[in-house]
Amino acid sequence: MDQTPTMTALRRLLPYLKPVRGRLIVSGVAVLCSMICGLTIPLVLQQILDGPVARKETGPLPWLIIAVAVLGAVEALMFYVRRKLVAGPSTLIEARMRADIFAHLQRLPISFHDRWQSGQLLSRAVSDLSTLRRFIAFAGIFLIVNTLTLALGLAVLFFLAPVLGVITLICAAPLVFISTQYESKYATLTRRSQDQVGDLATVVEESVLGIRVLKAFGRGPHLAKRFAAQARELRGTELAKIRLLALLWGAIIMLPELGIAAQLLFGSLGVANGSLTVGTLVAGVTVATYLRWPTDSIGWLLAETNQAATAAARYWEVRDAEVTITDPLRPEELPADGVGAVRFEGVRFAHAGSDREILSGVDIDLRPGETVALVGSTGSGKSTLTMLVPRLADVTGGRVTVDGVDVRDLRLADLRSVVAMAFEEPVLFSASVRENVALGAEDVTDEQVREALRVAQAEEFVDRLPWGLDTRIGEEGLSLSGGQRQRLALARAVVGKPKVLVLDDPLSALDVHTEAEVERALRSVLSTVTALVVAHRPSTVRLADRVALLDEGRIAAIGTHEQLLKTSAAYRDQLSTLDDEPAEVAS
Amino acid sequence: MSTVSDEQWRGVAAEDTEELDRQVGLKLKRRSRALLGTLLRPHLRWAVIGLVLVFLENAARLAGPLLIAVVIDTGIPNAIRGDTTVMAWCVVAYAFCSVASAGLWATFLNISGRIGQDLVLDLRQRMFRHSQRLSLSFHEHYTSGKVISRQTSDIDSFTDLLEVGIDDLLTSVLSIVGITILLLTLDLDLAALTLATALPLFFVTRWFLRRSNQAYRGVSGRTATVIVHYVETMNGMRAVQAYRREDRNRSIMDGLNTRLRSAARDSLDVVATFTMSVRMVGNLSLAVVLAFGAFRVADGTLELGVLTAFTLYLRRFYEPLDDIAMFANSYSSAIAALEKISGLLEEEPDVREPKQPKPLPPHRGGLPIEFTGTEFRYRPDTPIVLTSLDLTIPAGQTVALVGPTGAGKSTIAKLVARFYDPTGGTVQLAGVDIRDVSDVELRGSVVMVTQENFLFSGSVADNILLGKPDATRTEVESAARAVGAHDFITALPQGYDTDVRKRGGRLSAGQRQVIAFARAFLANPAVLVLDEATSSLDLPTERVVQRALESVLADRTALIIAHRLSTVLIADRVLVVTNGQITEDGHPQDLITGEGHFAALHTAWRDSLA
Repeated sequence: MDQTPTMTALRRLLPYLKPVRGRLIVSGVAVLCSMICGLTIPLVLQQILDGPVARKETGPLPWLIIAVAVLGAVEALMFYVRRKLVAGPSTLIEARMRADIFAHLQRLPISFHDRWQSGQLLSRAVSDLSTLRRFIAFAGIFLIVNTLTLALGLAVLFFLAPVLGVITLICAAPLVFISTQYESKYATLTRRSQDQVGDLATVVEESVLGIRVLKAFGRGPHLAKRFAAQARELRGTELAKIRLLALLWGAIIMLPELGIAAQLLFGSLGVANGSLTVGTLVAGVTVATYLRWPTDSIGWLLAETNQAATAAARYWEVRDAEVTITDPLRPEELPADGVGAVRFEGVRFAHAGSDREILSGVDIDLRPGETVALVGSTGSGKSTLTMLVPRLADVTGGRVTVDGVDVRDLRLADLRSVVAMAFEEPVLFSASVRENVALGAEDVTDEQVREALRVAQAEEFVDRLPWGLDTRIGEEGLSLSGGQRQRLALARAVVGKPKVLVLDDPLSALDVHTEAEVERALRSVLSTVTALVVAHRPSTVRLADRVALLDEGRIAAIGTHEQLLKTSAAYRDQLSTLDDEPAEVAS
Repeated sequence: MSTVSDEQWRGVAAEDTEELDRQVGLKLKRRSRALLGTLLRPHLRWAVIGLVLVFLENAARLAGPLLIAVVIDTGIPNAIRGDTTVMAWCVVAYAFCSVASAGLWATFLNISGRIGQDLVLDLRQRMFRHSQRLSLSFHEHYTSGKVISRQTSDIDSFTDLLEVGIDDLLTSVLSIVGITILLLTLDLDLAALTLATALPLFFVTRWFLRRSNQAYRGVSGRTATVIVHYVETMNGMRAVQAYRREDRNRSIMDGLNTRLRSAARDSLDVVATFTMSVRMVGNLSLAVVLAFGAFRVADGTLELGVLTAFTLYLRRFYEPLDDIAMFANSYSSAIAALEKISGLLEEEPDVREPKQPKPLPPHRGGLPIEFTGTEFRYRPDTPIVLTSLDLTIPAGQTVALVGPTGAGKSTIAKLVARFYDPTGGTVQLAGVDIRDVSDVELRGSVVMVTQENFLFSGSVADNILLGKPDATRTEVESAARAVGAHDFITALPQGYDTDVRKRGGRLSAGQRQVIAFARAFLANPAVLVLDEATSSLDLPTERVVQRALESVLADRTALIIAHRLSTVLIADRVLVVTNGQITEDGHPQDLITGEGHFAALHTAWRDSLA
C-alpha cells in the first residue's frame, strides 16, 4: 500500500488539531481509562469467585461488589467524558476546514471553476470533511486505544493463565488479518457500487429531464431496458458485498467462540488437575469476550484511516490550487475624474496548459459612454474577451486598461466596483430580491435598489411579488421567468453605478417571447455607461453604437452595423437571415 | 399548515403536507405496507426460511453460556473425580454451536441480502417504468426534481434501512427475548432482579429514540442548507467574483456552519448520554446480580455456573440496544420515503395506451390530421386553452402556426404529438382517433422537436440514433449532413463517437439543437412537429437547417411554430391563432398582402431588419 503521500495529507491536518489537542489527548486518556476499568472487572470477578464464594466467607464480599460497581460506573462515565470532550473539537475542526475551503474556492479563478464540477467540490466540503471528523473523533483515537487494549487484555490473560492467553492470541491474529483483508476488498466493491449508483442516478435524471424527447420518439422502453441492465449490475455488486460481509461475520462469530471453547477445555482440565481456579477460568472467558470488539475493529479502523487519508488528500488538492488572480503588490489608483474609457491593446489569451491562442492580438478602443457590440461565431472567444475586463481571467499577452490604468495594477475590489458584468445565464441566489440586487454591497439603500430596478424595467413586477423587495427568490424561493431573472441581473449590474458594463449576451438564454421586455431594459441600462456587449442577434446589435467582428482571435472589422453590412461579407454571413439573401442578390 | 381532507391523500397530493390528520396518516401507512407486501410476496418462501435460520442461530448462540454453566457445575466436579465425559461433550457442543451460529448467520445474511436486493431492483424498475408511463401533465406539475428524488434519494433511504439491517433488528429482538426467557428458567429470583435493574433502560431508550430523531432531522436539515449555499456559490462563481460577494457569502456560510455544528454537537451529545446510560445500567446491574448471586452461592442456594451464565448473558442483553437505536433513525426516514414512493406509483397516467389499438392505414409520405370540435384545458382549475377547434390538414402540407404567447399554438402541436389528450372532441390521424393508435405506431409516425434540446449521456452518434435505434452509421451521417451538423461533429476529438458529456455540456446550445434535428430527420416520420425548434440557432446555422427542412418537408405533413417569420415563409399555409381560435388561414403570400394580424407582423419584422 502506498501510504506516504496520503499520510502526508493527514499530517497536514495538524495545524487544525493543534488548538484542540489538549481535549483530544484527554479524551484518548478517558477511553483508555474506561477500557482498563472494563478489563479490571473480570479480575475482581475472579477474586469474588475464588475468594468469598469458593471459601464461603462473605466478609470481603461487599467491598468487592462495590469495586465492581465503581469500576462499572467509571467505565460508563469515561465513555461519556470521551464523547463529550471530542464532540466540540471534532465539529469545530470540520466547520473551520469547511469555512477555509469555501473561502479559498471563492478566491480561485473562474478557469478553475470551469474545470471542476461543483459536485466534486461539494463532496470535498461535505462528505470528505465528515469522514475526517469521524476519523478525528473516533477512528484515530480508537486505533490507538484498541491496540493498547488488545495488548493489555492479552497481558491480563497471560497473567491469569498463560494457556488462556495463548489461545486468545491464536484466535485474534487471524481475525485481525481477515478483517484487514476484508476491508480492502470491501472498499473496492463499495467504490464500484457507488459508481454504479451514480450511473443509475444519471439515467434516472436523464429519463425525467428528457421525458419530452423520450415521449416524442417513444424511446421510454428502450431506456428502461438500459436502466434495468444497469440496476441488475448494481444488484450483482451489492450481492458480492453481502457475500463478503457474510464471510467476515462468519469468521468474527466463529473464531472467538472457538477460542472460548478451547479455553473451556483447557481451563476445566486445569481446574480438574488443580493448576487453575474456577474464578480464573470465568475471568479468562470474560476478558476474551471483552477483547472481541478491539480485535475485529482493527481492520475497520485501518480502513477508516485510509479513507480519512484519501479524504484529506482530496481536500488539500483543492486547497493547494493556486489563486492566480490577486491584488497587485503595489496597486495603482484609478483617476478620480475617470470617465470609463476601456482599451484592449494587443490582447492575447490562451488557456493554461494549452498553446492554442483563443485571442491573438485584439485591439478595441471603447470611448466613454459608448456601447460596442461584439459579434463572432461560436467559439470565437467573445465571452473570454469580456471576462478580461473585470479580471475573471487574465490576459496572457497585451493589456486591458480602464481610464488608462492596466486592470492588473488595480485592487480587485476597486476594479470590480467600476466594472459590472452580466452573464448569459442570470444567476440568482436564494435570498430576497433586495439582497439579489445589492449582493455584497453593504452601503446600498432601498432607494438605490429601487432606482436600479427602475432602470432595468423590473420595479413593476417586483412590486407585484407577494413581499415586494423582501420576496425570497432563487432555488429555495419563488421562481421567476427567464426575462424577470435577466432584468434583475441587469438591475444588479447598474446598482453600484459602475462606469463600465460588460454584458455576455444577456438575451441569448431567453425564449423568444421575453426577449423584447429585456431588450427594453437593456436599452435603458446602456444609456448610462461605457459598455461592451456580446451579441448574437440583429436586435441586440442595434442597441450598440459600433460593432466589432471577432474572427480567428482578432478584430476583423469594426464600425456601425450599416457600415459592416455593406463592407464585410463575414459580418453579413453572421447576421443576415435567409430572407435577406434574395435582396442581396438583387442589389 | 392546513390538514388534508379525506380524498386528497391519494397519489402524491399529501406529500407536502406536514400535518396529516390521523385518518390520512393511517391510509398512507397502509398504502406503504401494501406496497411492501406486493414487493415481498414473491420472496415469501425465502423470507420464512431466513426467519427459521435466524431463530436457530439465536438458539445456537444463546446456548453458549448455558454450556459453560454446565461445565462449571457438573463437568468440572466430575472431571475432578476423573470423569471427563460431561466436560468433553459440553466443549464439543460449544464448538459445534459456534460453528453452527457462524454458518447459520452467514447463510441468513446471504438470504436476507438477496431478498433485499431483489426488492430494491423490483422497486427501482417499477418506479422507472411508471415514471415513463406517466403523462407530461403529471411531470410538469409534479416537477422533475421530485420525480428524480423519488427514484434516487428515497430509494437510497430504503436501501439504507436494508443495510443498517433489518437482520440486526431481528436478531436483537430475538436475543433480548431469548435471554429473558433463559434467565427466567435458570433462576427466577435472580432473573427478576436483573429485569428490574434493566427497567430504567426502557425509559432511556424511549427518550433516546425521540431525541435522536430530532437531532437527526436537525443535522440533515442544516446540512442541506449548507449544501444549497455552497452549490449556489460554486455555480454562480462568475457573479460572486464580479460583484464582490465573497465576504457576504463567507459570513452567510459561517452562520450556516455554526448552526450545523451545534446540531451535530447535539446529536453527538444525545448518543453520548445514551451509550453511557446503557453501559452504566448494564454494569450496575452486573454488580447487583453479583452481590445477590455471590451471597447465594456462598450459602449454597445457587450454583456457581448459573451465576457465571448470568454474568455472561448480561453483556449480551445490553449489546443489541445500540443497534436498535441505529435502526430507529433509518426506519423513520425509510417509512417517509416509502410513503412518497407508493404515492408516485399510485398515480395513473392521463394519456393511456389503447387497450385495443387500431392500425393506421398504409401510407407513403405524410398523413392527414383532423381536429374535430377539439377542446383543451391543462387542468380542471385552469382556463380553457382551445375552444372547439375544427381544422383539417391534408397529407403532405406544411402548416405554420403564428400568434401571441398563450394563444394555444403549442397546445395544438402537443395534441398532435399526443403529449396530452383533448378534454373534448377528437384529434384524428389519417381518420383514426389518435387515442386508438398504439404508442409504438404513433411515435413512429409523429415526431416533435422542441426548443428544449435534451441530449443523453453517450456519444453524438448514440444521441442521433435515438431517432431510429437500428440505423446504420451511414444513415446517421447523412442525417447529420442534411442539417449541417456533419462538419462540427467530425471536428470533435472522436468525431461521431465523442462523448457529449453530461447533458451535452461539451456542445453549444445551437449544436445541441442541430443534433436534435438530425435525430428527428433520422426518424423520418410521416408527421413532423416543430415547436420553436430553431430559436436557439445562430443565423448561419439556421439558414442551413431551414434549407434542409424545405427538402425534407416536401412530402411530409408538418406543423411549425416559429417566432421568426423567415421560417414561417417556407410553409404552404399559415394559421394565425388568437385566444384558442384560428383567426386567419391562408397561403403566406396571400396573408401578407391582406390586412390582418399576419400582414402587420410581417411589416413590423421587415422594418426591424433595415
